[in-house]
Amino acid sequence: MKKGRYGSYGGQYASETLMFALNELETAYRTAQNDPLFIEEYKRFLREYAGRPSLLYHAERMSKDLGFTVLLKREDLNHTGAHKINNVLGQALLAVRMGKKRLIAETGAGQHGVATATAAAYLGLSCDVYMGLEDMRRQSLNVYRMELLGAQVHAVTDGTATLKDATSEALREWSRRVSDTFYVIGSVVGPHPYPEIVRDFQRVIGDEIRNETLDRYHRLPTALVACVGGGSNAMGTFYPFIADQEVRLIASEAAGRGMDTSTHAASISGGSVGVFHGMKSIFLQDDEGQIAPVYSISAGLDYPGIGPEHAYLNEIGRAEYFPVTDDEAVDAFEYLSRIEGIIPAIESSHAVALLIKLKEQFGTDDLVVITISGRGDKDVEAIGQYRGRLKAGGTSNEA
Amino acid sequence: MKPNPIDARFEKLRAENKKAFIPFITAGDPSAEATYLIAKSMIENGADLIEFGVPYSDPSADGPVIMRADERALAAGIRLVDVFEICRRTTQEYPEIPVLLLLYFNSIFVYGMDKFMSACKDSGISGLIIPDLPFEERDELEPTADQYGVYLISMVTPTSFDRIRLIVPNAKGFLYCVSTSGVTGERQTFETQFQEYMDALNTYSDIPKCLGFGISTPEQKQSLEKYCDGIIVGSALVKKIEDAVLDGLSESAIADKLGATVKAFTGDSIC
Repeated sequence: MKKGRYGSYGGQYASETLMFALNELETAYRTAQNDPLFIEEYKRFLREYAGRPSLLYHAERMSKDLGFTVLLKREDLNHTGAHKINNVLGQALLAVRMGKKRLIAETGAGQHGVATATAAAYLGLSCDVYMGLEDMRRQSLNVYRMELLGAQVHAVTDGTATLKDATSEALREWSRRVSDTFYVIGSVVGPHPYPEIVRDFQRVIGDEIRNETLDRYHRLPTALVACVGGGSNAMGTFYPFIADQEVRLIASEAAGRGMDTSTHAASISGGSVGVFHGMKSIFLQDDEGQIAPVYSISAGLDYPGIGPEHAYLNEIGRAEYFPVTDDEAVDAFEYLSRIEGIIPAIESSHAVALLIKLKEQFGTDDLVVITISGRGDKDVEAIGQYRGRLKAGGTSNEA
Repeated sequence: MKPNPIDARFEKLRAENKKAFIPFITAGDPSAEATYLIAKSMIENGADLIEFGVPYSDPSADGPVIMRADERALAAGIRLVDVFEICRRTTQEYPEIPVLLLLYFNSIFVYGMDKFMSACKDSGISGLIIPDLPFEERDELEPTADQYGVYLISMVTPTSFDRIRLIVPNAKGFLYCVSTSGVTGERQTFETQFQEYMDALNTYSDIPKCLGFGISTPEQKQSLEKYCDGIIVGSALVKKIEDAVLDGLSESAIADKLGATVKAFTGDSIC
């Protein structure tokens, strides 16, 4: 039996240098996940440091506007402003347990890098973050935020200088210093056991949704909506509901400038099966397996692949994946800001936009939860530029 | 099935009490024709086996030198059909020199495993080195490789530890012994305890063992040769190609330069 498979997806396509570290990680994780002390410590971190449980907020004006009950799972209210902290605290605690002194991470929008830098500061570890130069330009505030937290941010200039290149560079750095370094992967991607570990640390989102809807509404939600890049907030949202066939699991992919262009990042909608970054999954690539340059207004969704468990949920038809364009996401960003006074991350705005697009499929009795994976402060400047309301601060501004 | 040229090559080297010198260059850097000419020149100057890297968009096991070579080759429009053609020309002219490809698994998987192996056989390729296909995932490709008589070359590293018990007894052709942690690229020094490392490997098999990753000078080659049956040099040669490209050298001049570089490594060898 092969390890870490979701149907035919997943696996451990890693270099021999990393196999020892992956096995060591898996062994440590298996012991930790069965250790009540570890679980209790992790839960305490979430409660006392991350500020969980996060609110499940009844968006009344939005509900009235759309014609059915909409609940927002407020991951944006977590410490550091996104769901990323859930996973990072778990992995950092695992690193401490394994005696590792140094955390490394890749980051796209900077949220995972900030979360990792935060956890490193919290636990007294050193931290190096790898970030594409293009993303550093788009998210300069987050770069400074990481530095403020004591992390060193390394600019990655290879390839498209975005998340995939940062991930490759973090993998390279891990193989250079595999003995004292713990690689904190930010999404449900990479070689086994990462997709499983990240999903387990993110399932708190779905577990809380489940308990609270049962408590408050005495029923399960009709549908759950979340955005996917690699897919960690969506996986965390969906996972506890996979067996509940009556609950629709709906994900939005970043369609960038549109699915009829080559400038998008929607793997399932536009990709094919391949093997990259240690996993078999769905990727945007050419007919010889060269990974395609991808694009999204959202740095956090700007990744040419998707986690293997999503590829599987798509294949068996359990979860549904739809493309959402930059324009639709920006409209939703403004919509939620105005109708609820909540500025969502541009990533999460893709989920909001998708529900608006699908609103005809729901009626008054329905109960739909959108996971707001992060807050939008980091995006305000970029969206202002997109709308022509703010001047570009960087060198190359999107048209 | 025909015997694999890799086995014949190492038998010959052992009989002559020689070590293998295995140069690596990226196929298509700076052009398919240049790669063929460089390979020819390297063989004429004593290369025993040849490794061609298949350029990849995201070479996550490679350092900056080979990453840039991949970018140059892809920018030049190299496709797998060109790589196979370089191999076919090389093996046709030098049937006794085994040709290997170093590539990422996605290049094989997306092309189609059967189609890829069939093309390997047709172009005389003896073996494949796939850094991201570890022992645990090999059975996805190995039956197809076996069917076409192409060896999947196994890699071990100083961090393989007890995994060598799995890897080494199943190795074919030769064992690619990664000299150190990290990615490809030149190193000033090595922290690896080579005697211990090779002793551990020798316990499990007498298959030829070649050291690679970071070996960049004839002096390093000389000091490491005693531990193994062959030396693989990559980034140092690719860097020479890069310098020659930047200097605007012609394809044949680049080939001459690389021939001379290989000569410095192989010293008293043939030619």
